[in-house]
Amino acid sequence: MTQEQILSEKEISEIKDSFKHFPLKSAACIEGLKIVQKYHRWVSDEALKELAAILEMSVDAVDSVATYYNLIYRKPVGRHVIHVCNSVSCYIMGYDEIIAFLRHKLGIEYGETTADDRFTLLSVSCLGDCDHAPVLMIDDDLHQNLTTDKLEKILNNYE
Amino acid sequence: MEKPLTEHIKTDGTWLTLTEYEETGGYQGLRKALSMDPLAITKLVGDSGLKGRGGAGFPTGKKWSMIPMGKDAHYPKYFVVNADEMEPGSFKDRLLLETNPHQIIEGAIIGAFAIEANFSFIFLRWAYHKAAKAITQALQEAYEVGYLGKNILGSGFDLEMSLHISVGRYMCGEETALLNALEGKRAIPRAKPPYPVVSGLFGKPTIVNNVETICNVPHILAKGADWFMKLSKSEGEGGTKLYGASGRVKNPGLWELPLGTTLREILEVHAGGMQDGYSFKGVLPGGGSTDFLTDEHLDTPMDFESVQKVGSRMGTGTIIVLDDKTCPIGMLRSLEHFFAHESCGWCTPCREGLPWTAKLLDAIDAGRGKMKDLETLEFHTKYMAPGNTFCALAPGAMEPLQSALKYFRYDFEKHIHEQKCPWKS
Ligand SMILES: Cc1cc2nc3c(=O)[nH]c(=O)nc-3n(C[C@H](O)[C@H](O)[C@H](O)COP(=O)(O)O)c2cc1C
Ligand code: SF4
Repeated sequence: MTQEQILSEKEISEIKDSFKHFPLKSAACIEGLKIVQKYHRWVSDEALKELAAILEMSVDAVDSVATYYNLIYRKPVGRHVIHVCNSVSCYIMGYDEIIAFLRHKLGIEYGETTADDRFTLLSVSCLGDCDHAPVLMIDDDLHQNLTTDKLEKILNNYE
Repeated sequence: MEKPLTEHIKTDGTWLTLTEYEETGGYQGLRKALSMDPLAITKLVGDSGLKGRGGAGFPTGKKWSMIPMGKDAHYPKYFVVNADEMEPGSFKDRLLLETNPHQIIEGAIIGAFAIEANFSFIFLRWAYHKAAKAITQALQEAYEVGYLGKNILGSGFDLEMSLHISVGRYMCGEETALLNALEGKRAIPRAKPPYPVVSGLFGKPTIVNNVETICNVPHILAKGADWFMKLSKSEGEGGTKLYGASGRVKNPGLWELPLGTTLREILEVHAGGMQDGYSFKGVLPGGGSTDFLTDEHLDTPMDFESVQKVGSRMGTGTIIVLDDKTCPIGMLRSLEHFFAHESCGWCTPCREGLPWTAKLLDAIDAGRGKMKDLETLEFHTKYMAPGNTFCALAPGAMEPLQSALKYFRYDFEKHIHEQKCPWKS
């Protein structure tokens, strides 16, 4: 019985295309993980295996890279990922209130996803926008100078 | 007051296109450089007094001069721009990346030419999406007109430059860990020596420079080393500096000022002083891994040497202000949890010591602290001092802690005596 393939032809060709930037195939490991995640939102064990074969690396070697980086997800995430900056300037400017609000509003803790699959809540270190603290990112969007009222409205924009 | 790095920034939120950059004198430095001997460029940069803006302040010309040159050197060499910017409280490179990408590209081409590198990477942190767009567009423009690619402007010099977007880890900013990340590996640091200048990316000679460092290079080429040295108020260190302030100041932001502007001027004049209802308690002068300074240090010029003399580091030059309404132990908790989380786990003092430190701070903050905990914290600051760990992450993590134990001792003791955080009602 042949297992169904997870990575599409399009993904595979994108991964192979990234080889051209590097003298070694294994150097495209991080690029490959990014490409897989772009299409699947996270990197499953099966996808990781197929990627390892393309990179001509062992599965463990690819997994050791995948699990090292904060932004490669080895567990499924919701439709939107909230990254709350928990670093020092945001702490001074009201991080505690922001995170308390999110916990209450979404009913989840860090690392968890809402039951309707809408949001995953993660912390992130300094987003480099300290003069607009407190800040967070939802997917690719940066939201600055947050207050709980403002955040309430912002969340409504993500379905 | 001259502001070479930021004077042409547009106010509408878009970045300078190639044409706009050229209209402000852009790529004139590169033209000049291509007519020079590579070694003369390195000498010029050395004479300018430019020191690395990534935090350590290493003289840029000196670094470039350590690259093996000529026929016997190992090729291909690499020139890498460090745009990882993940130091807590630092947000200066973001501005340069988002507003004027060609300034970085031009600087990197000049750097690559000076060390005879034919490949260059810009290593960008994932969170900077706008910067990624700006750099991508600018690279394309630069290729189209022949500033990148084969035989640049007819000089015979070839350079391929590409953008690498990181997947997030503070360690990626440490230059040898960055090289591992570029090779597709875990971003753990490498043993030094050999230094990257001898054996760097894929084992070849490599320069890693910070974004702000690189941005200065085209201006040094165009206007000369003397001009650059005179921009600064400090002896032996050239240029302007992008200073920032965050926290409870009236006007948080970034300002390009002469290197050596005092802390007081930055905080009181540019950041507008403290917000109403808050008073000043201290600062981390250059990001999360620098020692606290207090009132008595406000007249210190913000340059590498002067800040070091008063017991801290200029670091990234982005100042984090602590006010009287914020608990210093809470602030330290935020910092030490960050460092513990970002430790790569390679060496024991850091892997074990940072979570330990973070937990002790949690306990003190939660009203469970003992006087003995302060001794344990002191012990860690010595155990993770420079030289005891494999890279600078752990010693950096100890800087705010050791200085807080010195300047805010009373606050630690009060937490312990009262068995609660005095800032929480
Ligand atoms: C843990 C750690 C993180 C660092 N992060 C950065 C960074 O994000 N950006 C940067 O330019 N330098 C960073 N550095 C400093 C670099 O290792 C290196 O010194 C710098 O990129 C050299 O550039 P410069 O000479 O132009 O300053 C970091 C160092 C350490 C130890
Ligand atoms: S000091 Fe920390 S981050 Fe640096 S090598 Fe050791 S464990 Fe890794």
